[in-house]
Amino acid sequence: MAGSGTAHLRGDKALLSVEDLVVDYPGKAGTVQAVSKVSFDVLPGETLGIVGESGCGKTTTGRAVLRLDRVTAGRIRFAGEWIEQADERRMRALRRQMQMIFQDPVASLNPRRPVKDIVAEGLAIAGSPADERAAASATVMSQVGLDGERFADMLPRQLSGGQAQRVAIARALAVGPRLLICDEPVSALDVSVQAQILNLIEDLKAQYDLTVVFIAHDLGVVRTISDNVMVMYLGKVCEFGDSAEVYANPAHPYTRALLDSVPLTDPDKGFAGPALEGDVPSPLSPPHGCRFRTRCPLAQDRCATEEPQMNEVRPGQHAACHFPLPPTT
Amino acid sequence: MSDERPPEAVSTQPLLRVRHLRTHIGTPRGTVRAVDGVSLEVERDQALGVVGESGSGKSVMARALMGLLPPRSASSGEVFFQGRDLLSLSRKEQSEVWGKQIAMVFQDPGRPLNPVVRVERQLTEGMRRQLGVGRSEARGRAVGLLREVGVPDPERRLRNYPHELSGGMRQRVVIAIALACEPDLLIADEPTTALDVTVQRQILDLLRRVQRERSMSLILISHDLAVVAGRTDRVAVMYAGRLAETGSTREVFDAPRHRYTRALLAATPALDHKRHTPLRLIPGSLPDPTELPEGCRFAARCAHAAEECLDLDPYLAPVGADHHVACANPAAAPTAPTTLASGGDPLGR
Ligand SMILES: Nc1ncnc2c1ncn2[C@@H]1O[C@H](COP(=O)(O)OP(=O)(O)OP(=O)(O)O)[C@@H](O)[C@H]1O
Ligand SMILES: Nc1ncnc2c1ncn2[C@@H]1O[C@H](COP(=O)(O)OP(=O)(O)OP(=O)(O)O)[C@@H](O)[C@H]1O
Ligand code: SF4
Ligand code: SF4
Ligand SMILES: [Mg+2]
Ligand SMILES: [Mg+2]
Repeated sequence: MAGSGTAHLRGDKALLSVEDLVVDYPGKAGTVQAVSKVSFDVLPGETLGIVGESGCGKTTTGRAVLRLDRVTAGRIRFAGEWIEQADERRMRALRRQMQMIFQDPVASLNPRRPVKDIVAEGLAIAGSPADERAAASATVMSQVGLDGERFADMLPRQLSGGQAQRVAIARALAVGPRLLICDEPVSALDVSVQAQILNLIEDLKAQYDLTVVFIAHDLGVVRTISDNVMVMYLGKVCEFGDSAEVYANPAHPYTRALLDSVPLTDPDKGFAGPALEGDVPSPLSPPHGCRFRTRCPLAQDRCATEEPQMNEVRPGQHAACHFPLPPTT
Repeated sequence: MSDERPPEAVSTQPLLRVRHLRTHIGTPRGTVRAVDGVSLEVERDQALGVVGESGSGKSVMARALMGLLPPRSASSGEVFFQGRDLLSLSRKEQSEVWGKQIAMVFQDPGRPLNPVVRVERQLTEGMRRQLGVGRSEARGRAVGLLREVGVPDPERRLRNYPHELSGGMRQRVVIAIALACEPDLLIADEPTTALDVTVQRQILDLLRRVQRERSMSLILISHDLAVVAGRTDRVAVMYAGRLAETGSTREVFDAPRHRYTRALLAATPALDHKRHTPLRLIPGSLPDPTELPEGCRFAARCAHAAEECLDLDPYLAPVGADHHVACANPAAAPTAPTTLASGGDPLGR
C-alpha cells in the first residue's frame, strides 16, 4: 500500500502526532478513502507544510485532526492526550488549543456579523464576559494589521481577499491556540498580499509560540514557511522530511515531479525537469500497490504488487517508494 | 490569413499593433479607468506575456482586443490587426476577425464549456459556422484537434459531457475549441490559474507547443511572473491600466528596471527562498481605478519614489534594444540578477 508506515514519527516530543489515519467518505458510487493510513507529527514550535495535488486529502487530514469529520481509523495524539475517541465536550475544550483557518476565508465568515463579533466568536463560545471579548478582539485585530474602528464594524463582503484572510487569522488567534492549521491561506491572493500574510503568520508564530500545519499547493510558499514538509498523493504520504533536504534532494519520484512542474522565473529554463504525464486516477478505485505507479516514470512490477512503506532514505528524510531517488547534490 | 495583400507588405508590420488603447467603464462610483493608454505589439509567431496584480486591467484589455466590452464602457485608441484597425471595421468585418483570426481562452473557469452540451458539438460549432465546414469533416477535424491538445482516446471523448472530464482535460478541450478556427492570434487569460502545478505544467507546455507548431501568435496573461518567464518571447508588465515595463522576456527578467517589476519578483517566494526569512513586501494595494493619482501610479507603494514621481506621469522610454520602462527613477541594470528573487544560500539553509 503506497505510503503507509510510521517509521518517520519522532515519538513523545511531538505536540501533534497522527498515526495511520483513515478517513472514508461513503457515497452512492462507492466509498472514497480520502485519507488512507497517513502518519505525521509536528514538534512544538515547528511548521509542517503539506503539499499535493487537488483531492489528495490535505483538507480532510486537517479536519480530521480537529475531529470535524468522522475518523474511520487511526490514532491522533495532541499534547500527550489520545484524542481520536475524545467526546464532543472534550473536543470543544481542545479546539481552543487547536484552531483551523479554512480554505475559503470569505465563505467561512458569517456574512451578517461585523468583523469585531466574528473575531470574538470563539471567545463567546468559551463563555468569556463581553468586555473581555471586546478587548481581546481589538488586540488581535491590531496584531493582524486591521487596526481601529474602521474594520471593526465592517461586514465580510466589504473586505478584500487579504483582509478577509486576516480576519480569519484573528478569529483563530483570539482563543489563544497552541496549534494553528492553515488550509491554503494564501492560494487566492496576489503575490503582494500573499507575502504580507506569510510574513504575518511568521511573526504571529513567534509572538504566540505557535505550532503550525500549513496546507498549500504552491511549493515555493511552503518552502519559505516550513521546517518539515509532507508530500501527499491520492490519500497517501509519499515523502516526509526537512523541507530544505526534500527540495534539494527529493527521494520520491512524485516529489521530484512536483518540483519539476514549478515554473521558474529564469527565462532560459522554463521548468527544472520533465512534465508528469496523465491524470490522477479516480479515488474510488485507486491503483493497488503503489498508488503513484500509473504515472511514475520509474515504476516496475513490484510497485503493482507491494505497497511501499515509509523508510528513512537519508537522515531526517523519509519516503514511501521501492526505488527512492539518489541525492542530486 | 488575409490573401488580398502581397505577402511582403504584410510581413513588415507586426501582427497586432495596439496604440493608446483606453477602456473606461462607467460605474455608480465613477469612471473606472481599467485600461488607460496601453501600446504594445505582437509579432507573428511570437508569444507575449502580460503580467500584473489582480485588478491591473489585464482581462479588460484582453477582452477589448476581442471586441468584448463590459456594459457602459467606451474604448478609444487603435488596434491594428494585420494592418486593419479593428475598432473602425464594420460589424461584419469584425466578426470575421474576432473568434476566427483572434481566439480567446477566458479566465472565468465556469464560463468556457457548456455543461449540458457534448464535447463534439462544442468543438465543431465554431468551425461549422465560421469556416462553413460540413458535419463529417468537422467531426474529423475535432478528433484531430483533441489529439493535438493531448486528449487520449479522442473519438470516445467527443461523446463526453464536460463533467465527465478531469480539470486538466477540460482545459485542453477549451484550448482545442479556441484553435478550431485556426486563429492567427490566441489570447489565453490566466489559462492555468485554477489548476494544480502538474496540470498547469502540462497546459503551459501545450500552449507553447501549439503556438510554435502552428506558427501562431500568443498572448499569455497571468498574475504569476514565473508562468510567463520561460514561455514567452516578450513580456509586458501592467499596473493600474498602464504598462510599466515591456521588452524581451530575457531582458525583463534578467535585468528588470521598473521598481514595480522588481518588487513583484522580490515578493514571489522562489523554490530556494531561505526559510523563515521575511519576504520583501509591496506595501498597500493598487490605487482606486476611479481616482487614479496624478503622477506615477505606483508612487504610493514605491520605496524609491522621488518628489517628481508624485506629479510627473512617467511614459515608456527605451532603456535597451527591446526594453522600455515607464519610471522616473529606474533601477540600475543589476550585475547579479539571479540573486534578485531570492537572495542568500541557494539551498536556503
Ligand atoms: N464531504 C465529502 N464527501 C465526499 N467526498 C469528499 C468530501 N470531502 C472531500 N471528499 C473527497 O475526498 C478526497 C480528498 O479531498 P480533500 O478536500 O481533502 O482534498 P485536498 O487535498 O484538500 O484538495 P484541494 O487541494 O482541492 O483542496 C477527494 O477525492 C474529495 O473528492
Ligand atoms: N464590468 C466592470 N465594471 C466595473 N469595473 C470593472 C468591470 N470589469 C473590470 N472592472 C475593473 O477594472 C479593473 C481591471 O480589471 P481586470 O479584470 O481587467 O483586472 P485583471 O488584471 O484581469 O485582474 P485579475 O488578475 O484579478 O484577473 C479592476 O479595477 C476591476 O475592478
Ligand atoms: S518507483 Fe514504484 S514505489 Fe516508487 S513511486 Fe514509482 S511506482 Fe511508486
Ligand atoms: S516613477 Fe517613481 S514612484 Fe514610479 S516606480 Fe519609478 S521610482 Fe517609483
Ligand atoms: Mg483542500
Ligand atoms: Mg483577469
